[in-house]
Amino acid sequence: MKLHEYQSKRIFADHGVPIPQGDIATTPEQARIIAEKIGGKVVVKSQVLVGGRGKAGGIKLAKDADEAEELARQILGMDIKGLTVETVLIDQAANIKKEIYLGVVIDRALQKPIIIGSSEGGVEIEEVAKTKPEAIIHLPIGIRTGLMDYQARNLAHDLGLRRTHITQFVGIVEGLYRAFISTDASLAEINPLVVTGEGKLLAVDGKIVLDDNALFRHPNLNKLRDIQEETPSEREARKIDINFIKLDGEIGCMVNGAGLAMATMDITKHYGGEPANFLDIGGGAKADKVTAALRIILDDPKVKAVLFNIFGGITRCDEVAKGILEALEQVQTNVPMVARLVGTNEEEGRRILAEANIPTASSLGEAAEKAVALARGV
Amino acid sequence: MSILVNSNTRLIVQGITGREGRFHTLQMKDYGTNVVGGVTPGKGGDWVESEGGNIPVFDTVKESIAATEANTSIIYVPAPYAADAIMEAADAGIELIVCITEGVPVLDMVRVQSVLRQTNARLIGPNCPGLTTPDEAKVGIMPAHIHQKGSVGLVSRSGTLTYEVVQALTDKGIGQSTAVGIGGDPIIGTKFIDVLELFENDPETEQVALIGEIGGTDEQKAAEFIAKHMTKPVTAFIAGRTAPPGKRMGHAGAIIEGGEGTATEKIAAFEAIGVKVATLPEEVATLIAERM
Repeated sequence: MKLHEYQSKRIFADHGVPIPQGDIATTPEQARIIAEKIGGKVVVKSQVLVGGRGKAGGIKLAKDADEAEELARQILGMDIKGLTVETVLIDQAANIKKEIYLGVVIDRALQKPIIIGSSEGGVEIEEVAKTKPEAIIHLPIGIRTGLMDYQARNLAHDLGLRRTHITQFVGIVEGLYRAFISTDASLAEINPLVVTGEGKLLAVDGKIVLDDNALFRHPNLNKLRDIQEETPSEREARKIDINFIKLDGEIGCMVNGAGLAMATMDITKHYGGEPANFLDIGGGAKADKVTAALRIILDDPKVKAVLFNIFGGITRCDEVAKGILEALEQVQTNVPMVARLVGTNEEEGRRILAEANIPTASSLGEAAEKAVALARGV
Repeated sequence: MSILVNSNTRLIVQGITGREGRFHTLQMKDYGTNVVGGVTPGKGGDWVESEGGNIPVFDTVKESIAATEANTSIIYVPAPYAADAIMEAADAGIELIVCITEGVPVLDMVRVQSVLRQTNARLIGPNCPGLTTPDEAKVGIMPAHIHQKGSVGLVSRSGTLTYEVVQALTDKGIGQSTAVGIGGDPIIGTKFIDVLELFENDPETEQVALIGEIGGTDEQKAAEFIAKHMTKPVTAFIAGRTAPPGKRMGHAGAIIEGGEGTATEKIAAFEAIGVKVATLPEEVATLIAERM
């Protein structure tokens, strides 16, 4: 789950990281009041969960409160990569002398948290990794010792910071690391961390991505979820514990198991179709779950055919077949379907579907081919 | 031979009195796995009824080992308690710990691995289907009937894709030495290269099937390992060629991040060293059959 910039920065601030004076507004009038309170130049920043806000015109500098109000009026309601701006952050503008990147992630290979630093701040770190990999510093952290002061000092030196900034910097790195650990984040990032003309360090932009699997122990963070992060169908699916990701194609897929669901998408593409979604109904799915999943798939008007691919283990093929029929009683549709059911109780499952005139296939390749043909109306 | 589990496996089930734990305990016992006991804190002294003899329940792993000489544990406890269960098993001296539980927080696994690296315990998973050595032991949740004894070793990050490939092999009359599901999480106890090494050293295994997916670089590391250290042929399949970047495809570890971890780069890594990569899961069996 992603947090907004303002949410992330407030968490950083709680851990001792200095952030610009600022507040959020949902109306231009609020934006003016905040800007007046700050005084002087402010930045009006759209709060949407996508990258590239600046390029899309969602971040603007205002010279005074009048302009802040005007810019907030423009930015609020703006569409950025399909997301509507509902909130703007009004931050005091910083006098930027130097921009640094600072992030914490889990290194999968080392199986440790790793702090990433770069003197090339203010741009996406993936971009720096491509164009100037030598400018990126990796600092693995022992989970039991935590970040040591000397590691933060070394990082400061490697980033070319002046001696007068080192104490401040060490405090910021430690705060960022603590924020990462205490929120069970999978990413905590300050980009840029700026050195101001006044010689202060300031986290001008920030981002936290939380580990969904750890949200059970962070009920307060769970409340920060922005519903725009998911499509309505993805949200519906999450509530009933189905893994669903909306894609752009015309073949709806219902599969048990994540790996098999990915393979099913790949094979659909291999036979000339485009998958409309990733959907894993999980192990042991019963009729009600199949019904809910089918409803979610058919909510997408682009879907021209549905492909069921079930490898019965814990999941019983007859249960899934019954689920498909139950779903079809409740969801009226003309979308053609093909089912491939193998494993536990497959004969019974196929018999149930045959009686309802739903075509079946024995191999995954055959099923995908049939689904693609059905989608084309063949 | 075979790897990791066999007829000498003496298994305890952590979380044996839960719905999943109880169901799969009976399934494993049915298959012939030597299930010697179970652990549920607070339920010590209970028994889990089974046709082949009732299974004793203990309060702690330590106590269960003292009573049963267990050497392997399988974990079905809910995600919030999984890290504790793994460390309890390792601390008590269990050699092989298989964690089925899905949804374990990543930082919990980082902590678990920092401890496990200093013990002799090996962890398989979490978020995995477990492993099966046909006709000897099934320590996991895979459907039993798909397996057949033989000489193909299988290692996979995915559950149902494992079943898919095992079934395709069995359909062709090709048996398996051991099929290992290592799990779909970003931090796992046993990686491809660990299992490849075991298969390379196992006299019974003649060929290996490797089933990977998007996310991370373990497949690339496997390719390096194969090029340097393996004499036995490996056939691969990689899921997720059509997966969009930045989205977790069901498995917590299946995500393309910062342009890294794509199926294309993994397939290229294998093809560069002469490992055949199947387009369809069932084609893995065809490619293996061609080399028998």
